[in-house]
Amino acid sequence: MKNNETILRVENIHKSFGDLEVLKGVSFDVKRGETICFIGPSGTGKSTLLRCINLLTQPDQGSVWLGDAEVTNSGKSINHFRQRIGMVFQNFFLFDHLTAVRNVEVALIKVRGMKPKEAREKALDELRQVGMEEWAEHYPAELSGGQAQRVSIARALAMNPDVILFDEPTSALDPELTREVLEVMKKLALAGMTMLVVTHEMGFACSVANRIMFMEHGEIKEQGSPEELMNDTKFERCRNFIGQFDQINGD
Amino acid sequence: MDQSEFLFQILLPLLMEGFAVTIKLIVLTAPFGLILGILVAVGRVYGSKPISLLCKGAVGFIKGTPLLLMLFILYFGLPSVGITLSAFVASLVGFIMCNGAYNSEYIRGAISSVKEDQMIAAQALGMTRMQAVRHIILPQALIRSIPGLSNEFIYLIKYSSLAYMLTVIELTGAGKMVATKYFEFTEVFMIVGMGYLLLVTITTIAVMLIERKVAVPGMTQSGRNMLDIL
Amino acid sequence: MAVGQVYGKRPVRFLIGVFVWFFRGLPVLVLLFLFFFGIFPGLGLNVPAMVVGATVLGLRGAAYQSQIFRGAIQSVSEGQMIAARSVGMTKLQSIRHVILPQAVRVALPGWSNEYPNILTDSSICYAIGVMELMTRTSQIVSNTSVTMPIYLVCAGIFILLNFAGMRVLHLIEKKIQIPGFGTGAV
Repeated sequence: MKNNETILRVENIHKSFGDLEVLKGVSFDVKRGETICFIGPSGTGKSTLLRCINLLTQPDQGSVWLGDAEVTNSGKSINHFRQRIGMVFQNFFLFDHLTAVRNVEVALIKVRGMKPKEAREKALDELRQVGMEEWAEHYPAELSGGQAQRVSIARALAMNPDVILFDEPTSALDPELTREVLEVMKKLALAGMTMLVVTHEMGFACSVANRIMFMEHGEIKEQGSPEELMNDTKFERCRNFIGQFDQINGD
Repeated sequence: MDQSEFLFQILLPLLMEGFAVTIKLIVLTAPFGLILGILVAVGRVYGSKPISLLCKGAVGFIKGTPLLLMLFILYFGLPSVGITLSAFVASLVGFIMCNGAYNSEYIRGAISSVKEDQMIAAQALGMTRMQAVRHIILPQALIRSIPGLSNEFIYLIKYSSLAYMLTVIELTGAGKMVATKYFEFTEVFMIVGMGYLLLVTITTIAVMLIERKVAVPGMTQSGRNMLDIL
Repeated sequence: MAVGQVYGKRPVRFLIGVFVWFFRGLPVLVLLFLFFFGIFPGLGLNVPAMVVGATVLGLRGAAYQSQIFRGAIQSVSEGQMIAARSVGMTKLQSIRHVILPQAVRVALPGWSNEYPNILTDSSICYAIGVMELMTRTSQIVSNTSVTMPIYLVCAGIFILLNFAGMRVLHLIEKKIQIPGFGTGAV
């Protein structure tokens, strides 16, 4: 399944909001089929980093490449790149006035120009993937958080993206609902989807990620596979960070 | 003269003619007023600075000026700068401007009540700003502005009577003519009033049906009192 | 009227409902004609146009504002009434000292929106010959045959009146604003 083709390259991204430097030169490569989890204390620029990748936030410096094409400085064709880079948000951001299935198909029809009937089939397929087919005709307000998040994953999947960015997809959910979303994400990872996930779910990161990146103060401080994280001394800071979590959870 | 003879043979036929003109005014104004309202609202929120200011100024001018004065300007004023409109067309233009200006305020308010995240999500899917406005923001804004827009429609029914001041013989005008001729003011204007109340009531019911039809869970409140929108 | 419609007995509520329905459902022009040519002369009264205009606009304004106020009263939570009764106030006292002061603050933005309507409606009194701004304007126009500039000046005066009135209402709104209560500005 996995080959070694680099699908996404992020080079030296800098971003400041006013006086606050949120990202201080972040670089990494992503290979097709990889799942990368970003962990670290809140306020260290993880979410900003994801938004800089599809230019929902304009980075001050640095470049992003999807395959051989530069995403940064792409001018109007940024919308073309955004179709190939899916995004899942912490608070789902479903379109409030559309049913689940319409949420999934709207971009297919309006952006891709797909025929409504075709788009409907595709949308229902994607909803089936995330176990939400039965809820196709329900509005966002009628869905639980976990269900809404699964619909929003289906919405991202429907565009057949090369990469999906997950911005704290379970942070707004109860533990029980978190599990159903993580299961869907795990399935996707196993099916070979390329995913960048900002998360606080260490269990998920350790069991699903190919690589874990520990971010602090706007930089990637440590990175490696979950095994390295567990055993290697170079992951001390990261382990300390996780240790805090375990203590809190343990209490 | 027999009362019922006056009522059925003279008054009602004449009033019906006027009623038809009133309906024509309303039906012709409403769609253009809505389109104008949408354009101006979008211009104000998403347009460049000059466009936004222009829209704001125009709405301020139209809202601040009495409709009657606006109609006089269109009908009596414009010929002095070489534009002559018939009384009917002048009324229509005035109504569309007025209806559009007020509609735009409701729609603008509704647009700003749509959360920013809807735009972000649309852009993340690869929609351009314009596509996002058209397919995501505006539909939500329009659903939310139904109460305001229907209010405005009911106002339109009522101020359509001002066309009479430009000599358009609509319902009020027809009533005035008959009343003056036969000296039956109270009776005639009561019946004229019924005509408007009928239109208003029908609209109110229609709005409730439309609201039920487009109701989106979590976005609209249902079960509003009928008197609330009168 | 709003108080009557929320707290009144059935017949009271019904009567007010009909009154509101009548004055809000009819065009101003029709109301003016009805009262000026119909009802007042029918009662044998010879009322000057000015008074008819003021009466109609007043009643109409009352009808509209009662609706705004009714919404405001209903928006004051049930708990406030219960709390007021629990400290021993009568129903009327509760309404006066607890409900109304809150409702006024909620209703004020709505009133601010109503003011320009009354102002612009006043121009319609022209139709029954009240000597207001609109009538004067028409006279000047027909005397001088200069049209556009005069109409525009007239529009300017209306806009100015409008603006001034809105400012005053906004000031009042700010003045009586309570932290954490309502939104304040419109």
